[in-house]
Amino acid sequence: MFEDYLSLFLKSVFIENMALAFFLGMCTFLAINKKVETSMGLGIAVVVVQVITVPANNLLFNYFLKDGALGWLGQGSVDLGFLGLISYIGVIAAMVQILEMVLDKFFPSLYFALGIFLPLITVNCAILGGSLFMVERDYSFGESIVYGLGSGFGWALGIVIIAGIMQKLKYANPPKAMKGLGLVFITVGLMSIAFMSFSGIKL
Amino acid sequence: MSKAKDILLRPVFFENPIGIQVLGVCSALAVTSKLETALVMFGAVTAVTAFSSALISLIRNHIPSNIRIIVQMTIIASLVIVADQILKAYFFSVSKQMSVYVGLIITNCIVLGRAEAFAMKNGPWLSFLDGIGNGLGYGVILVLLGFIRELFGSGKLLGFTILSLANDGGWYQPNGLMLLPPSAFFLIGFFIWALKSWKKELIEKD
Repeated sequence: MFEDYLSLFLKSVFIENMALAFFLGMCTFLAINKKVETSMGLGIAVVVVQVITVPANNLLFNYFLKDGALGWLGQGSVDLGFLGLISYIGVIAAMVQILEMVLDKFFPSLYFALGIFLPLITVNCAILGGSLFMVERDYSFGESIVYGLGSGFGWALGIVIIAGIMQKLKYANPPKAMKGLGLVFITVGLMSIAFMSFSGIKL
Repeated sequence: MSKAKDILLRPVFFENPIGIQVLGVCSALAVTSKLETALVMFGAVTAVTAFSSALISLIRNHIPSNIRIIVQMTIIASLVIVADQILKAYFFSVSKQMSVYVGLIITNCIVLGRAEAFAMKNGPWLSFLDGIGNGLGYGVILVLLGFIRELFGSGKLLGFTILSLANDGGWYQPNGLMLLPPSAFFLIGFFIWALKSWKKELIEKD
């Protein structure tokens, strides 16, 4: 049991890294790649939101949307699967909003640290992608918590490493037209190759 | 009329959503290992952007500004569900290959970006054209990437053999890297390089 969870965690951090293998959340990634501190803040915010929304959507899927899931209401023949996308994004938007209010009330210092990143997270593809992958792979509730943690952590790891590299690259002298965005893409490509070396590992 | 034409064509070259505004990159990378999926994605994103911009623009004077993001998201999500259902009905195998990336059109920044930046300030017809234009700008890159990756990665285009492969007795040794994630990053990087060398004013200042 524990081993299954551990291997799922490692798989979602390294082998199926959200940012580098599935390209999710790249927009925010590219917008804030300049500083390690800011990307660390965004990374933590993503981990927190991911750990809450993936299991929440898992419950929603298993008890409301799945084919025949409404059996407990006596409506076993109803399949609400087509409402999936709109419900997940609704849950994510609501969770982010609630999280923002809770942090504001009880952990003001954390709120100021994460504050500006939280609204952005609603439209971060890594979050919605996590929920969609969870549904596609049919994770159980326990697995969905682990997967949320792992995928969020993997994403955070990816952006912090790239922010670090970009900070060093400030002193490099690339072709003029390559400066900035072009260089980021090449760097991310190389990072992606590095992470692919994990793909041979069987867990 | 020239204004409409300008709105339609500007995003394709000068304000390309992927190359210059860096919007919607995620899906551009993920669905381009084959030309077919790239074309389908292009169609879906263009349709969703155009119609969501038009609809949001129609009701723009009635949306209270502090809940506008939620209203926009709901409209976009509904349109994406329609697109998803159509793809499942008529292009089942392609929609299976694209897996979660159809759903991820909701969080594609191009759609929300255009709604927020253009549709909230302009009329429905112009917003519709702006949506089509941005869809085209996105599609140009997507198709280009799909073309290069499928041609050099597997020697085929849309499933038809163009370069005969070495293991089938032909001459072309396929470049396996083209089918893997990193090649998409490199190709976009080089594309931006080319675009900025051509349009010097886009070069980033320190």
